Amino acid sequence: MQVPASFEYERAESVPHALELLERYGEDARLVAGGHSLIPMMKLRLAQPDALIDINGLAELSHLGVDGDTLVIGALVRHAALLADEVVGTYFPIFHEAERVIADPVVRNRGTVGGSLCQADPSEDLSAAFAAVRAEAVILGPGGSRTVPIREFHVGPYETVVEPGEILTELRVPIRPGAGSAYEKVERRVGDWPVAAAGAYLRLDGGVIAEAGIGLTAVGAEHFTAPDAEAYLIGKAAEEAVLREAARIAAESCEPQADQRGPVDYKRHLAGELTYRALSRAAERSGS
Amino acid sequence: MSTPMGFGRMHRKEDARFIRGRGSYVDDVNLPGMLYGAILRSPHAHARIVSIDTSAALAHPKVKAVITGETLAGLNLAWMPTLSADTQAVLATDKVRFQGQEVAFVVAEDRYSARDALELIDVEYEALDAVIDARKSLDEGAPIIRDDQEGRADNKIFDWGAGDKDATDAVFAQAEVTVAQDMLYPRVHPAPLETCGAVADFDKVTGKLTVWCPTQAPHAHRTLYALVAGLPEHKIRVISPDIGGGFGGKVGIYPGYVCAIVGSIVTGKPVKWMEDRSENLMSTAFARDYHMRGEVAATRDGRIQAIRVKVLADHGAFNGTAQPTKFPAGFFHVFTGSYDLRAAHCEVTGVYTNKAPGGVAYACSFRITEAVYLVERMIDVLADELGVDAAELRMKNLLRSEQFPYTSPTGWEYDSGDYQKTLQLAMDMAGYDALRREQAEKRERGELMGIGISFFTEAVGAGPRKHMDILGLGMADGAELRVHPTGKAVLRVSCQSQGQGHETTFAQIVGAELGISPDDVEVVHGDTDQTPFGLGTYGSRSTPVSGAATAMVARKVRERARQVAAAMLEASPEDLEWTVDEAGGSWTVAGTGAGKSIQEIALAAHSNLELPEGVEGHLDATCVYNPPNLTYPFGAYICVVDVDPGTGQVKVRRFIAVDDCGVRINPMIVEGQVHGGLADGVGMALMQLMAFDEDGNHLGASFMDYLLPTAMECPSWELGETVTPSPHHPIGAKGVGESATVGSPPAVVNAVLDALRPYGVRHADMPLTPAAVWRAIKGDPIRTDMAIT
Repeated sequence: MQVPASFEYERAESVPHALELLERYGEDARLVAGGHSLIPMMKLRLAQPDALIDINGLAELSHLGVDGDTLVIGALVRHAALLADEVVGTYFPIFHEAERVIADPVVRNRGTVGGSLCQADPSEDLSAAFAAVRAEAVILGPGGSRTVPIREFHVGPYETVVEPGEILTELRVPIRPGAGSAYEKVERRVGDWPVAAAGAYLRLDGGVIAEAGIGLTAVGAEHFTAPDAEAYLIGKAAEEAVLREAARIAAESCEPQADQRGPVDYKRHLAGELTYRALSRAAERSGS
Repeated sequence: MSTPMGFGRMHRKEDARFIRGRGSYVDDVNLPGMLYGAILRSPHAHARIVSIDTSAALAHPKVKAVITGETLAGLNLAWMPTLSADTQAVLATDKVRFQGQEVAFVVAEDRYSARDALELIDVEYEALDAVIDARKSLDEGAPIIRDDQEGRADNKIFDWGAGDKDATDAVFAQAEVTVAQDMLYPRVHPAPLETCGAVADFDKVTGKLTVWCPTQAPHAHRTLYALVAGLPEHKIRVISPDIGGGFGGKVGIYPGYVCAIVGSIVTGKPVKWMEDRSENLMSTAFARDYHMRGEVAATRDGRIQAIRVKVLADHGAFNGTAQPTKFPAGFFHVFTGSYDLRAAHCEVTGVYTNKAPGGVAYACSFRITEAVYLVERMIDVLADELGVDAAELRMKNLLRSEQFPYTSPTGWEYDSGDYQKTLQLAMDMAGYDALRREQAEKRERGELMGIGISFFTEAVGAGPRKHMDILGLGMADGAELRVHPTGKAVLRVSCQSQGQGHETTFAQIVGAELGISPDDVEVVHGDTDQTPFGLGTYGSRSTPVSGAATAMVARKVRERARQVAAAMLEASPEDLEWTVDEAGGSWTVAGTGAGKSIQEIALAAHSNLELPEGVEGHLDATCVYNPPNLTYPFGAYICVVDVDPGTGQVKVRRFIAVDDCGVRINPMIVEGQVHGGLADGVGMALMQLMAFDEDGNHLGASFMDYLLPTAMECPSWELGETVTPSPHHPIGAKGVGESATVGSPPAVVNAVLDALRPYGVRHADMPLTPAAVWRAIKGDPIRTDMAIT
């Protein structure tokens, strides 16, 4: 039986209380929300935090809705809630398609959007989806809150800009009429981490691409995206040859690593193939 | 579902407790004052142990004992015999020989302290070069793994062969067509839901040792503990409680069991040890790991003449396979499969590598899984070479019903079969011709669809004691049947269920033989103090051996009942006939209406009824069943897949499975076992694998990395049946527990390769992950047993 090392446990009663607990326990405290990455790591003793601060009771972090022209997703929104939300599905099919292939229903019922992003696993699906739609992350600390573009949120594998003593509170995603999005993933088995996955977001204006977002995960794409491929698309018609070329550029920009999910050439191939498939469906879904 | 009098669909009697959460597994056993054990394992695949310092662990306030190989050596228990008459380290003394090997055992007041204390043990290792790639194990200069063995100069365990080499080579020399193919059946693991563990309780006052442990062979464990530890056998009680899946992985004795026993003897308290998931995957019995080269000789018009095979068998660091002594490669030599051949020959070389021991686990029927995979892949390779349909080629070469009983070129006597009928039924259910038309249309459009066939013959129910034993223990099973005065019965059997439903099916056998309801039969099993001796449950032997013992002991009871009934009816026993109707069974005077029900007879047998001389009274009986032959279930499987050429992903669209396991006692239970085995097959064919990097690091040591299929990867199984009763089994039944696991992997792999035919791909090794399929299409296949680089 896997058993963790001993640790303190505190239940936060409010966001300010959580900040206070973070300050009290210092660097070796960890926030726990869904716990679906942290608890297994603790059981394997890959993580041995001195204290867990449980934020599951903080309703103020669970909001999900539209604020003006922005979709606002609280950090504690469960994967299952994002997947079930019709407004999210209407504006951002990419989130529903990504959520549908994240882990399994048991994990999705407890795992949270904020937890997934803060875990910063280089194979995490939502990191690619949020990168594709250019979300912003709102981070609260003792000195107040700050907003960080999601493409600057991750600083490396398992590392984010969230400092000890800070909490990611919400994600903000701009809603633009007529945009389309999609997510494509290859996994060895349902619930597995991706071999590779790609998200795409396109807004057409007058028949040409006015805005393009590409998110890539598990393939060593810097900041989970492919800016050269995005730049290439701007001003062009969303036709097969163009999308294929963008996918090729995106694949070239990746630096996948071989593991038991596949060798480098296959992962690079998938990065291109899945980028193309996601772009094609995003184009079909975009208005005009 | 109403309860049938004999065979038929009835709900499983054991499910009432399982669905209420009232099952009792080894981890549910909690005794007063119980302590907890944890094992320190080697991080290295091959290293010399320089020193072990346990002082800091012993200083932990909740630690009661720390046991090392040195401690055990003092008790002459540092090494134990394996089921293949090799030796295995209980706790390493000289070297560690695989990553995850047992090095020290901590006993503490609670699980957390035991685990904490592992980190306080300081082991100094001197790392050695490891032998990971089995194909390099016999190279000149390869590190010697088993230098504990006197005079050992290489890593070879055995060379073994079967069949007639000269006759086979002669057929090949003259053959019109020959094909050859290398293939790997990779190392996989049964991965039962319940990991292994034990609770050991040694009572110093009575000298009695009780061990709760999820063993598939409780009686064999008891005898081995007696032989190895020198404990008197009547003072050992092994209790195998409810088991959460075994599949062959719970046949042997693991070091953790011995450590728990020693821990209890040393501390005087009961000791529980439960391994975690990673420990289970890293250290308990693997399955397969056969590197095979198959060759087929045939005529140009598609008549198969001969098959020869060379196998390199990776047995890991200790030869711990559980199989009949005579057969170091298990029953692999049944590789001629279901076909009518002139000659066959195989050579198997077993080698040591720096990997965990094991070998025949995971529902493999003693290596028939590997044999069936080989022959069924080779048939498809031949079909590809000849340019003929794979179903047609099989139909042409299958044994014909009039050839049974059939003696195969490697010496097996197949008891019964009607193969063409079974294959035809599977093809009819699949709509085979329509599928081929659909495939042709799809190929025109560049879409990849594949249809794969597998026809398997199993040889299960080991076995005749003349030929089959494990460590000298013959493979016969006992049974005891008591019939109480009111006609209710208690059956005691030696084999233990790992989930197969013995409490139901064995009650149905007694019910059918005695004409009573299965609800009136209690089945007792899994406790060596409560049951007669027998060799346990694996190799699909429960129904063929213990099921036969059950039928035979019930028939003995029935004969005793005849004597009593004759006295009751004042008739001669020879004039009585046995009848079973809706009311139940009775002995009746032939030609008259006079008769006595089995319940009336049972009461009379315990009453003051005057019995003839020589009739003892009571109805209880015992028997030992020594099977005259194995039983030979068979089946035809057809798998339909779609493959995405852009990603290499395989979707199993349909799976048709027609099984012939002879008479079905409870068709629902048979179907459940087939469903499970088919899912296993999809897992092995498409995702499951234990690979290692060149340093011997295990790359599948958690369920994140070792993938089990889910409902999402499984189609809705389409099952069919034919019934060819076993001529020698008392009720005509054959084992079925492993049929689907044996038969399904080649069907899935054949389907995928059929889909890839437009690319000229003839073979690719399991598991056919998206990456493996894509690389096969590119003509650059992945070697699946090593780390992908």
